[in-house]
Amino acid sequence: MPDILTLLGDTWTTVRYPLGGATCLLGALLCIVGTIGVLRFPDFYTRLHAASITDTSGAFLVLLGMALMAPHWLVLVKLFCMLGFLVLTSATSSHALANAAHTAGLQPKIGPVGQAGHEDHEEAGH
Amino acid sequence: MAYLLGIFLAIVAFWMGNSGHYTPLMLGFAALSVVLTLVLSARLKIIDREGAPYVRLAGLAAYYPWLLLEIAKSNWVVIKACLRADLDISPALVKVKTTCKTDLAKVTFANSITLTPGTVTVEIEGDKLLVHGLYEANTVPEAFEEMDRRCARAADPAGSAA
Amino acid sequence: MTFAALVAILIGMCLLLLRALIGPTMYDRVLAVNSFGTKTVLVLGLLGYVMGRPDFLDIAILYTLINFVSTIAILKFFRYRSFQVPLVRRTDAASRAGDGNA
Repeated sequence: MPDILTLLGDTWTTVRYPLGGATCLLGALLCIVGTIGVLRFPDFYTRLHAASITDTSGAFLVLLGMALMAPHWLVLVKLFCMLGFLVLTSATSSHALANAAHTAGLQPKIGPVGQAGHEDHEEAGH
Repeated sequence: MAYLLGIFLAIVAFWMGNSGHYTPLMLGFAALSVVLTLVLSARLKIIDREGAPYVRLAGLAAYYPWLLLEIAKSNWVVIKACLRADLDISPALVKVKTTCKTDLAKVTFANSITLTPGTVTVEIEGDKLLVHGLYEANTVPEAFEEMDRRCARAADPAGSAA
Repeated sequence: MTFAALVAILIGMCLLLLRALIGPTMYDRVLAVNSFGTKTVLVLGLLGYVMGRPDFLDIAILYTLINFVSTIAILKFFRYRSFQVPLVRRTDAASRAGDGNA
């Protein structure tokens, strides 16, 4: 039984650095995907959705990868704090942005975008 | 007093987790900063039920794994939308009615909607939320019913849950 | 591999600067800057790992909070044109906004 445990521990110590690096890389690629979305999407509200990819899955995966490579338990605590703050603040600032834009009278584009044969029928939000 | 104790414990835990230096001098500075923070929070009058939401902690802890799964699912949809060659999206703006009673439950619900990519809460008025979605088909009031129910169960007081 | 992730996020930040430069409305720019800040946090953490100094995470935590506060401050400033306006309760804020827009 202790043999299996030590074997598991050894495997874990050898595997966690490549695994953490790969997770970080995946998260970073998702950040780029979110950025591409921010560049491509047609209006402000849709760009907000693309930016939230970076804020949720990208940040989560990068932080998870860093946690897998953590050299010390204090680092884990700090990463957990960062994750908590990011989750709380990114949602709040997204909402604040959307609310500010809506209050200022920026109308979102409604209806299908970018498909051939469809025209943007201007339905005001309300 | 219980709220004060709750905030005190949270701040001390935060300091302990972030510092890593446990010499007497550093611990003295820690005590000083903790007391200063508590005085400032008392002056801001944020030592209340929302400042130390320990009662709801169990419900929220049960809620977050489900939310994580939802975020992963909707992430996939938005990632596909970002990388498609043709920009095939149809944004929509809908009003969603919530059954959440307390402010905390409403905030949890609205923040969950904002946190899932593809939907953003634009405005809250009473128990109605204005939600902007990336796909018309995914942004219907029925799509948020389960999240609403879970938020109400997680953050509302036990008596008023539907 | 951590270094590759670092470079990837830096490329993403450069692309985001493009959006911050060309963004048609002010909100696009604020969105880009906010997202830029999130990426900066991630870069700070990864930089700490690449350089072998995870102490950088302290700065990253601080930057998370400052990023949030600065976004809210920018939005508040452009809505009220002043930092002196107290953010009051909902009904007052609604009537105040109505007055401001009229």
